[in-house]
Order: sequence, then C-alpha cells, then structure tokens
Amino acid sequence: MSEKRAQRDGDAWAKPVAHLQIAGVEPGSSGINVAGRRPTSPVHGFGRMWQKTYRVRLEGADVEPAEVIAVWKRDFPTFWPKGNRFFAPLAGIAPGEVAVLDLTMPGGLKLSTGVLVLYADEESFTLMTPEGHMFAGWITFSAFDDGGVTAAQAHVLMRASDPLYEMGMTLGGHRQEDRHWEHTLRALAGAFGVEGVVTTEAVCVDRRRQWGKAGNVRHNAGIRSGMYTAMAPMRLMTRPFRRA
Amino acid sequence: MTETTVPMSVRMPSDRTSVIDIAGEVTAASEGALMDAYGRASGEHTRWVVLNFSELEYMNSSGIGLLVTLLVRANRQKQRLLAFGLTEHYRQIFQLTRLDEAIAIHDSESEAIAAAA
Repeated sequence: MSEKRAQRDGDAWAKPVAHLQIAGVEPGSSGINVAGRRPTSPVHGFGRMWQKTYRVRLEGADVEPAEVIAVWKRDFPTFWPKGNRFFAPLAGIAPGEVAVLDLTMPGGLKLSTGVLVLYADEESFTLMTPEGHMFAGWITFSAFDDGGVTAAQAHVLMRASDPLYEMGMTLGGHRQEDRHWEHTLRALAGAFGVEGVVTTEAVCVDRRRQWGKAGNVRHNAGIRSGMYTAMAPMRLMTRPFRRA
Repeated sequence: MTETTVPMSVRMPSDRTSVIDIAGEVTAASEGALMDAYGRASGEHTRWVVLNFSELEYMNSSGIGLLVTLLVRANRQKQRLLAFGLTEHYRQIFQLTRLDEAIAIHDSESEAIAAAA
C-alpha cells in the first residue's frame, strides 16, 4: 500500500473506544443515552438482519462525488425530515466524533440517542450506533460515478437492538426508516438542483433473531427517554436544591 | 457503483478447514469476489473458514460490512470464521467494530489452523 493511502486509511477510521463520550450537550437536547454506551455492530443486535440501500442519481447536476460528500457532511442535519434533530459534533462529521440525536417516534414520543462517526473520507462516511439505539448497526453514506452520473447512497446494515424495537420495526418502524432516508436523499438531491427519484432496496440478510441478545432491552433508549420525559416535573421541582 | 474483481484464492488444508487469501482492497466493489471465494471455500464438511489478510492493502467501512455479511452466511452453515495477518491498524478496526468478538483473530496461519483443528 502506498504511504499516502496508508496515511489516508489511518486518518479515515475512528480510534478504538470502549465507551462513547460527548463533549457537551447542545441546547435543546437532553443528551441522554449516549455517554458511557458501547458502540454496537450488527453482530450485537437482536432482530433480523437487514441490508437497505437508498440511492438517488443526480441527473443533470455537474457535480463530483467528493463534492456531494463534502456538502452532505457539512449540512447533514438540514437534510433530515422535520421532527428529527441531529446535533452535529463541533468538529463536524469526522472520525471518532459523537453526535447526539433526538428522533420523533410513532405516537410523538421523543427518543434521544447518538451515533459515532466510524469512518469518514472524501468518498464516504459511516455512522455507528450505540447501545440503546433502535438498531445495532452502521449506515454508510457514499457518492460515486454511476454510468456517467453522480449518485448518492445511504446503505444501512442493521438488526433491531432488542425485542421491543424488533416489534416496533415490524409494526411500521421499517417503513418510517425508509421514509426518513428517502426524504434525506431527495433533500440532498435538491441541494444540487435535482428533483431526485430515490430507489430503495431492502434485503433480509439473516431471518433469525438472536435471542441471546434479548437482554439489550435494558439499554433501550426509547424506554429511558420516556422515563426522562416523565421525570421532567420532578427535575424542575428539585432544581433549586441541587448544587450549582 | 463500479464492480471490480479482486482475485481471492482459496486453499483447503483439510476437509474441515478452508483458507481464503484476501489480497488488495476490500470495499463494496469486492462483494462478488469475496462471496465467490466463500462459495468455493465452503464445502459440505467445512467447519472453519480462515481469512488470510496478509496481503490486504486497504479496507473501508463497506468492506467491514461485507465481513459481517460473510459472518452471517458462515453462521448459517454452522461454520466459524477465523482471521490472521491483520496489521495493528486493522486489528484496532476489528476491535472498534467489535468484530473481534465474532471472528477469532490469530497471529499466524499455523496458529489459526491449530485453533481450528
């Protein structure tokens, strides 16, 4: 491997971390369910393993893949659907950085979680979920030349983290996730003046559920976020008695 | 996405153990080559598939994703994956992605094959 390639490769990956840390909590975010959590992989999830690919071709846009990725990284939160917030790390989307997410779940429940930037280079970046997230897995965002047209893609490799999330994914969660990334890709295409048509491909890589991982439910960020919200009045009442 | 074929050779030290020699780059474009190599490595009696990363030049996150898919296929066949020849950098990647909990990493081929025996 050339020295330059080796250097680039080394710079593109996050350094190993046992538990996630966040530098601070952005105003408007609870920032719970992230600090102290271990990053996970599809190996550690409970549910069926899915590989989902969302793709849009930027027909008519004179733009290189690297430029698409630069814009995607820079403006990542702005492409998300309303009701979902991505609190980007101060250093931006860079290897090893941790972002806090507030997501709106069906029924209006707010779910706070986060992601670790596992990998980032000029052509792609990958986010990795922590314990308690709806799914254990990775999402890779990339751009590439597709027969003379630049295409942008989100590729998800995931298992629902625990039995409750698996039930939720089966009862509409997968569809909600599809809508999320389809909206994101259309918005990204719009940033380049393209009315994009998003294609979605979902493949169930492993139909088996990993019952040995059912205990992941103890980290469930949905339950913890709900409890955090329910306890808000008590936190307000006790605030004057807490030390500064 | 451009499909490239990175040659991956397959050796069978025994009926129950196969070795896949991975060379060059492992990225999304390597899916066909890697899965083809696994198909050749996976016989009726194969219980251990050893991945030789000694000639690996570069692997990105999509490449790591391919290894997860490979792991699922191997588990389905009741096979175990082992690996050797990883540089310190890629050992750290396996640690970060926690793949090292599912794919046993060894220092050398002889050590990996001894573990499989």
